[in-house]
Amino acid sequence: MESLSNKKKQLTIKPLNFWERAYLPAIVQGLSITMKHFFRKPVTIAYPDEKREFSENFRGMHSLKRDENGKERCTACGLCALSCPAEAITMTAAERQKGEEHLYREEKYAAVYEINMLRCIFCGLCEEACPKEAIYLDGDIVPSDYLRKDFIYGKDKLVEAPLNQ
Amino acid sequence: MELADIAIKFGLIVVIFAISLVVAMYSTYAERKIAAFFQDRVGPNRAGPFGMLQPLADGAKMFMKEEIIPTNATPFLFIVGPSLAILTACIGSAVIPWGQNITVGDKVIPLQVTDINVGILYIFGVVSLGVYGVMIGGWASNNKYSLLGAIRAASQNISYEISMGLSIIALLMVTGTLSLGEIAQQQHGWHWNVLYQPVGFLLFLICAFAETNRTPFDLPECETELVGGYHTEYSSMKLGFYLFAEYINMFISSAVMATLYWGGYNYPGMDWVAAHVGPVVGPLIGTAVMFAKVFAFIFFFMWVRWTIPRFRYDQLMDLGWKVLIPLAIANIVITGIFITFFS
Repeated sequence: MESLSNKKKQLTIKPLNFWERAYLPAIVQGLSITMKHFFRKPVTIAYPDEKREFSENFRGMHSLKRDENGKERCTACGLCALSCPAEAITMTAAERQKGEEHLYREEKYAAVYEINMLRCIFCGLCEEACPKEAIYLDGDIVPSDYLRKDFIYGKDKLVEAPLNQ
Repeated sequence: MELADIAIKFGLIVVIFAISLVVAMYSTYAERKIAAFFQDRVGPNRAGPFGMLQPLADGAKMFMKEEIIPTNATPFLFIVGPSLAILTACIGSAVIPWGQNITVGDKVIPLQVTDINVGILYIFGVVSLGVYGVMIGGWASNNKYSLLGAIRAASQNISYEISMGLSIIALLMVTGTLSLGEIAQQQHGWHWNVLYQPVGFLLFLICAFAETNRTPFDLPECETELVGGYHTEYSSMKLGFYLFAEYINMFISSAVMATLYWGGYNYPGMDWVAAHVGPVVGPLIGTAVMFAKVFAFIFFFMWVRWTIPRFRYDQLMDLGWKVLIPLAIANIVITGIFITFFS
């Protein structure tokens, strides 16, 4: 039959020649390969002592950002929650009161902002959906815990530390 | 025999026993460390400097673990199995010459526990007794898989003992003696047997791998098809004895190979050294050389372990019966022809 891609290749099993059948040269070759590795530098990272650098595009724990004046960027528009395929994000919006201008950038802000870390799949769609550049997955690995309720991260864990502290 | 001689012999026995235990202990450490280096890892480095105390930690763990004797096992034989394994491993060291005689004043201290004139036969006898440890352990466990593993181990050991014995015969034709002390002496000054018997050495080496149950012939303790082999039912230090016996065996067989084929305690230029450093230090240097050779062999055992995958059982038997035995016989014939016509 004519081959569709013209990439068809006829393979044959070549009979082993004498030295291949003698087995020992192959063993010597193998020994030399492992010996090369013996003198190679270990690639180990001794974990608790030294931590491995994450790559630039590693997606870890979320953080809610502040702007250059230390005001929270998030305006509780809900696009992140909408874009979240795992439905891990919930929030409650609130209106900014007089005297809170230094805390929130716009009139609307998130009074409650929770991410369920057990549901989150770290896809980064919230990051992409956010029009205010308020959420980034630039943190560390989410630490382990004992109770399911402890994996629901509120604003206390998500919002960046204030600038002047 | 004088009291002093008895004391010397007893001291030597204790020292060699201690050395073989320590070497076996640190072989486990070396095994892990060397495995790590071959795999670009670091290996144990937590216990003590460079992880040097790791064997002690392992030993402590082995002793502290719960000991289980299965309900339907034969209790007496269940305990005898590992004891026999380690006993036969340990008594092999008695005939190996660790160095030349040391002369202190008019006292001659031999660095060999006993130079019996059938040294090699003694070693072979002891080694073949080692099969009992495996076989009894597997049988007493009252477990199908253990028994299968034990039978495999026993048939493997017995098959490879044949070609081992045949490979040694060619060597004996060259040396003309069975005494290990004499064989070591004959190799003085570059008359190393490996130069006369390269094929014999290769056969002996392969058989030594099979006899010590090391990769690629570590079929007795395969995890995949027999759960764990003959020591499936063993726990705590009884399992430890089996594993430990393997390392002692490795040490002893390395020593035997070094003695039979690689000149034992002989090294180039030893006459000059002996003439210049005196009758005590000279032999001790020879002993150091002997141990260097032994350690090189142990390293080789481990090197091979991380290079070659395990044989399949039928391949193992094929190699033993169809390749090694005919090769060993051919080696005997060719050696005989050479001795008859060229010497």
